[in-house]
Amino acid sequence: MYRYDEFDAQIVRDRVEQFRGQVARRLSGELKEDEFKPLRLQNGVYLQLHAYMLRIAIPYGQLNPTQMRKLARIARVYDRGYGHFTTRQNVQFNWVALKDIPDVLAELAEVEMHAIQTSGNCIRNTTSDHFAGAAKDEIMDPRPWCEIIRQWSTFHPEFAFLPRKFKIAVTAAEHDRAAIRVHDIGLHMRERGGEVGFEVHVGGGQGRTPHVAAKIADFVPEAQLLDYLEAIMRVYNRFGRRDNKYKARIKILVSETGEEEFTRLVEAEFAAQRDAEKIALPQAEIDRIHAYFAPPELPERPEAAQKLHDAMAQDDTGLARWVRVNTHPHKVNGYTSITISLKPNGVATGDATDAQMMVVAHLAETYGHDDVRVTHTQNLILPHVALDDLPAIYAELKAAGLATPNEGLISDMIVCPGLDYCNLANARSIPVGMAIQDAFTDPDDQEDIGKFHINISGCINACGHHHVGHVGILGVDRKGEEYYQITLGGRADEKARIGDIAGPGLKADEVPDALKRIVNRYRELRTSKDEPFIETFEREGMEPFKEAIYAAH
Amino acid sequence: MPLIKDGREIDDVWAFLPDDAPLSPGGCITVSLGRFRSETELLLARNTDVGVRLEPADDPHELEEFLDRLALIEVSFPKYTDGRGYSQAQLLRRRLGYQGELRAVGHVLRDQILYMNRSGFDAFETERADLPSVVEALNEYSAFYQPGADGSVSVFARRHQKD
Repeated sequence: MYRYDEFDAQIVRDRVEQFRGQVARRLSGELKEDEFKPLRLQNGVYLQLHAYMLRIAIPYGQLNPTQMRKLARIARVYDRGYGHFTTRQNVQFNWVALKDIPDVLAELAEVEMHAIQTSGNCIRNTTSDHFAGAAKDEIMDPRPWCEIIRQWSTFHPEFAFLPRKFKIAVTAAEHDRAAIRVHDIGLHMRERGGEVGFEVHVGGGQGRTPHVAAKIADFVPEAQLLDYLEAIMRVYNRFGRRDNKYKARIKILVSETGEEEFTRLVEAEFAAQRDAEKIALPQAEIDRIHAYFAPPELPERPEAAQKLHDAMAQDDTGLARWVRVNTHPHKVNGYTSITISLKPNGVATGDATDAQMMVVAHLAETYGHDDVRVTHTQNLILPHVALDDLPAIYAELKAAGLATPNEGLISDMIVCPGLDYCNLANARSIPVGMAIQDAFTDPDDQEDIGKFHINISGCINACGHHHVGHVGILGVDRKGEEYYQITLGGRADEKARIGDIAGPGLKADEVPDALKRIVNRYRELRTSKDEPFIETFEREGMEPFKEAIYAAH
Repeated sequence: MPLIKDGREIDDVWAFLPDDAPLSPGGCITVSLGRFRSETELLLARNTDVGVRLEPADDPHELEEFLDRLALIEVSFPKYTDGRGYSQAQLLRRRLGYQGELRAVGHVLRDQILYMNRSGFDAFETERADLPSVVEALNEYSAFYQPGADGSVSVFARRHQKD
């Protein structure tokens, strides 16, 4: 993974001191709250329902064990013993005191971490495929370019006060695990005649006006990527709406301007750049950053699969199911990537305790080539582990409550913090998610249902990605009572689509049974167990499922 | 409101002339882009210096052919959260090659001044930040990933400079 050089380290240290000064000026009253707000936001500090929240960047979701241990320490010393991994591959602490935040940032800087631009109307953490560098189906590793984008976007002087927040995601696999089509900019790496470039999608997003991004370029050669991004950003900064915060995202600019005209504006801005304006990234610099992402030494282990097979045959602790559900094909024979589920029943989605973080750090160090990833579905990954190490890894995860075998299954939901934590929420999300998990506890049943993505948001801002859940659940407040609106048919992958609203909202206690009826109808309609719910829905349409949802009414 | 330029506090000899105020001889004045467009000849024929004040929606390209005759361009920040002025500055300096004074006016606060400086501003009419705090703000970082409008070199390039 990338390691800071003297420049990176100095910039992060300078940031800590700058923010320390800003906090001191706020505490002394020299800075007014409305002046301090954008400053603290650009450093990931939110004022939430109960306390300040600190959001720490995990660039493209990658951590090393030292960093994970530092997060565990922050949870233990400055918070209440846990942290929350988010859909943007970041981590949040919900109970940090404002006066402690500069010290937390100083501790993070020691392990090459920061909270820069994790909030505010600026370019946020660049996200990527959580299997990057390991997945069998990727054409190359997208992380070097994510790191280049991270550096380019850090304290970019022109784009610190955009109309609204701005999110960039990058993938290099045909199967899109980074949800690039629901990002402000989604980049899909392509190869053309030996040259590397980027297919550029702009204007995707969720919130109250969900959009799937428009493709504005088929192939931007890698050497021109940053200049092309600057062109997009400048068009957005100059022409994006600032009169209404709900219409300020780039998706609105793209849709109101029209895809063709927007593309023309970007192309014109790009063509007008003079040589002196170009970023002129030296090839040596591109090479330097790529070198950090060289794959780990993974000697083939032809006997590993057989050893695992033998271990599973003798096991009665659930190893086989966990291996079946929570592993992902690896580039190198004898290895796999494992998902550490943060979705056991009864725990807020994405939460991990300090002790669990220590276990993950230990496993990554012992078996996982010092590599941990955070997924946008709020789980953790060890991307490079040997198949014959899985029994030992499983045992340790199980003891720590981290071996739930549900990756991609119905209980593996994305759930926003909702009214239990969040200032913006209209309804609770976490209890609804837990009630659904309780309705589908049988692991055989879950495996039989197969891939099934439920996403839950506690308000229209859609942090729980309800628009792109196969089943989306949106909490709304109607005259003091919580209702839950169901959408069906959304997806965030390469066939991205915004879900359709099924009908009137349900009361919280009606949601689990409605889900059961949706699942039963799916079982009746599917052509075989190999047809996932989303495909059955796309074939059959809304009607049969709508009928099922409202059958009890 | 202190006016700070090149690390010093200076006296402001300029005045903004509202669109409805009559043009009188003498003095250094700035006018809106609209007024500059409609009274260009008259304004440029004066013996004293003339400048233009850009509002956030204004297109700096409209000044392209007059840039070497303008002694001052003011970029207005009605709200400091409106970042369009940064793009105007970048365009003026790096695309159009404007060399005169580029002054940030309006809601200009200490913590935005470094971004402004890196985008090409060399003068700041601050809301209330005094000289020491502005100088401090300008020195908070020793390196930047992006090339600066002032010609400063990016970290990307500095890493590979032989010296």
